[in-house]
Amino acid sequence: MDLSFTPEQEAFRADVRRFIADSMPPSIRAKAEDDAHFEHEEVMEWHRVLYRKGWVAPHWPKEHGGPGLDATERFILQDELEVAGAPMLSPFGLSMVGPLLMQFGTPAQQQRFLPKILSGDEAWCQGYSEPNAGSDLASLRCSAVDDGQGHFVVNGQKTWTTYAQYADWIFCLVRTDASVKKQAGISFVLIDMKSPGVEVKPMLTLGHTTAFCDTFFENVRVPKENLVGPLNGGWTLAKALLGHERTLIAAVGSSRRALLRVKRIAAKTMAHGRPLLDDPAWRARIARMEVALLGLQWTNYRALAGAALGHAPGPESSILKIRGAEILQQIYELAMEVMGQSSLTWYDDAGLVDPLERHVGPSFCYYRATTIYGGSNEIQRNVIAKWILGLPER
Amino acid sequence: MDFQLSQDQKLLAETAASFAQKSSPVSRFRKLRDDPVGWDPAVWRQMGELGWLALPLPEAAGGFGGSFVDVCILLEKLATTLVPEPYLSSVVLAGMTLGHAGTAEQHERWLAPMLEGRSTIALAWAERDARYDPTRVATRAERTGDAWRLSGEKCWVLDGHHASQFVVSAVTDDGLALFVVDRSALGTTVTPTRTIDGRRAAFVRLDGATVADDARLGAPGTAGRLLDRVLDGAAVAACAEGLGICQTVLDMTVGYLKTREQFGVKIGTFQVLQHRAVDMFVQVELARSLTTLAAVKVGGDDDDERRKAVSAAKIQLSSGGSYVVRQAIQLHGGIGVTDEHDVGLYFKRLVALNALFGDEEDHVARFAARPGFSTTVC
Repeated sequence: MDLSFTPEQEAFRADVRRFIADSMPPSIRAKAEDDAHFEHEEVMEWHRVLYRKGWVAPHWPKEHGGPGLDATERFILQDELEVAGAPMLSPFGLSMVGPLLMQFGTPAQQQRFLPKILSGDEAWCQGYSEPNAGSDLASLRCSAVDDGQGHFVVNGQKTWTTYAQYADWIFCLVRTDASVKKQAGISFVLIDMKSPGVEVKPMLTLGHTTAFCDTFFENVRVPKENLVGPLNGGWTLAKALLGHERTLIAAVGSSRRALLRVKRIAAKTMAHGRPLLDDPAWRARIARMEVALLGLQWTNYRALAGAALGHAPGPESSILKIRGAEILQQIYELAMEVMGQSSLTWYDDAGLVDPLERHVGPSFCYYRATTIYGGSNEIQRNVIAKWILGLPER
Repeated sequence: MDFQLSQDQKLLAETAASFAQKSSPVSRFRKLRDDPVGWDPAVWRQMGELGWLALPLPEAAGGFGGSFVDVCILLEKLATTLVPEPYLSSVVLAGMTLGHAGTAEQHERWLAPMLEGRSTIALAWAERDARYDPTRVATRAERTGDAWRLSGEKCWVLDGHHASQFVVSAVTDDGLALFVVDRSALGTTVTPTRTIDGRRAAFVRLDGATVADDARLGAPGTAGRLLDRVLDGAAVAACAEGLGICQTVLDMTVGYLKTREQFGVKIGTFQVLQHRAVDMFVQVELARSLTTLAAVKVGGDDDDERRKAVSAAKIQLSSGGSYVVRQAIQLHGGIGVTDEHDVGLYFKRLVALNALFGDEEDHVARFAARPGFSTTVC
């Protein structure tokens, strides 16, 4: 048993830190310092910085332009990016449709789409959820009908299509057979967002950012070569995504950064004539939060060590999403409590409060989503109950 | 990073698990609860023969120089059936104190018989007003020629009811010191008591109990730091035992959910109970992660790293472990509250472990007091 990173891994971590310090544009650094929301153009600017370094798709194999990093190096890279507050790259191309195309796409589809995902020349969004198909995704209704002339005609609505307003392409689960068991009649298609009949309506999140959208399809013609995998085989692709890169979903780096912000705010927030951080009761609350995070971090390391040995994900990896989501949320809850009346702050255009606190409120609001997106925590519990604890189904 | 056990460690885990299942099922603990000793001297000798008692002791003290990871593997497995022999008290507490502080002569005289399983020793550090601080000691040791006279009261001496010797902390003119006191020494009164977990402890009164100077362990003034380290070792051992308990009651509870029927269905089909079981599972995995970290760090030289990791593990055991054992009873329903069912025995042992070697609040305060807490995270 050896619970340390190797000297080579520590050196890699130092390289990553140096790269971030040298390469992060000042405007992005300033926003990261304040925890401000990054606009799409800023995210893509950072995408191109990482692309030039070769680190934009750490998990892609070398043949498709990946850097050939191992699981531990990928973790370290992600961890340092999160700790630095770097813009989170859109996962829809790099982490979702890209790997699916490598696994299920034709060579022609791979050549057409992968290079532009990598370079950032084309942005993607995800068309899975519908107004009446959320956690029960398989009951989706958006339909694709073969017109007999080489096209599917798509009609329906997708929701929570995050960043659809900036996307060039959307990957969609659509119903191609309504007469069979619901999972058996779903296909996976790629749709050009510039197609006639596609309409995007962004909506504001609780944090007053425009992340989510509704996307409507009205008689949208999609060439049949944009079907990925077999017709009516889309559910297999949807499930395949769930197994990807479990060791990176805990967002330990983001939580470490957020908790450090809580400590910095507590150190300068005065109560009863002394900093809140010197009050034993507040200190204890922050300490408990840190212990929770430490438990997540070391569970993440256990999963990582298993992945580095090529083992299938063990039981420990199944809790990373649940705990990662809860902890990031709880840290922002704690930040709001530490701030007291300053938690009323909403963007603070007048510059009245400490910049440290300026964006906590919107983040706190937006992070209500962590326990919902990517399979809600309740769905995660259903999965663990069934697949790990072996509890019976109704 | 490598979390895998070595071949030797895997063998130790298998041997301990098989011992627990075959030679010491929970029924054995049940029987021994009513015995005045509470454990079996023949089994203790067997543990000595297996080399378990000498496992973590330094080689210079006649031990095998094993790591705390080894101790944790052993105790986690023994906990699965509540094996009652006094390993924690005699090896991890008193044995480790003697092993690190004693001379070769003292090791030969007191430690060697214990490592062979022919005696047990108890560590008498706690006092009524000390709570968890081993340096807050009222017991005095006065020098009289080449002997020492000890006066004071030691409480919650684990397994002290049957120990051959006590390692006693007492204040001298030159600071805190440790002495080995024979249970039969004049002026020593041992009052046995039952504990909540079906085990035993003693309160020990010293009324001018006299020991020779060769019963003093180490120089006066050095005992505080040693006890701090020893008690951290015991805290980690408690975490390992607690982990074994939590995993066992989780398995027991999941098994019950799969077989118990109400309303014409297995109760494990109810989502509210499924999610409760998952939340128990999550806490067990977190405990496993932090206990492993603490087991590695407790043997290291960095005091700050050690304290941070040990406190984190102990906090997790207390908060998460309590959740697990309480929910285990809840999900068993009424039968879980009977003495007849095993789940309550595990529950009570965990309650005891949480109250020992620093409780949750104590460790939270220590974690928050560590250097760098204000400016770093994890």
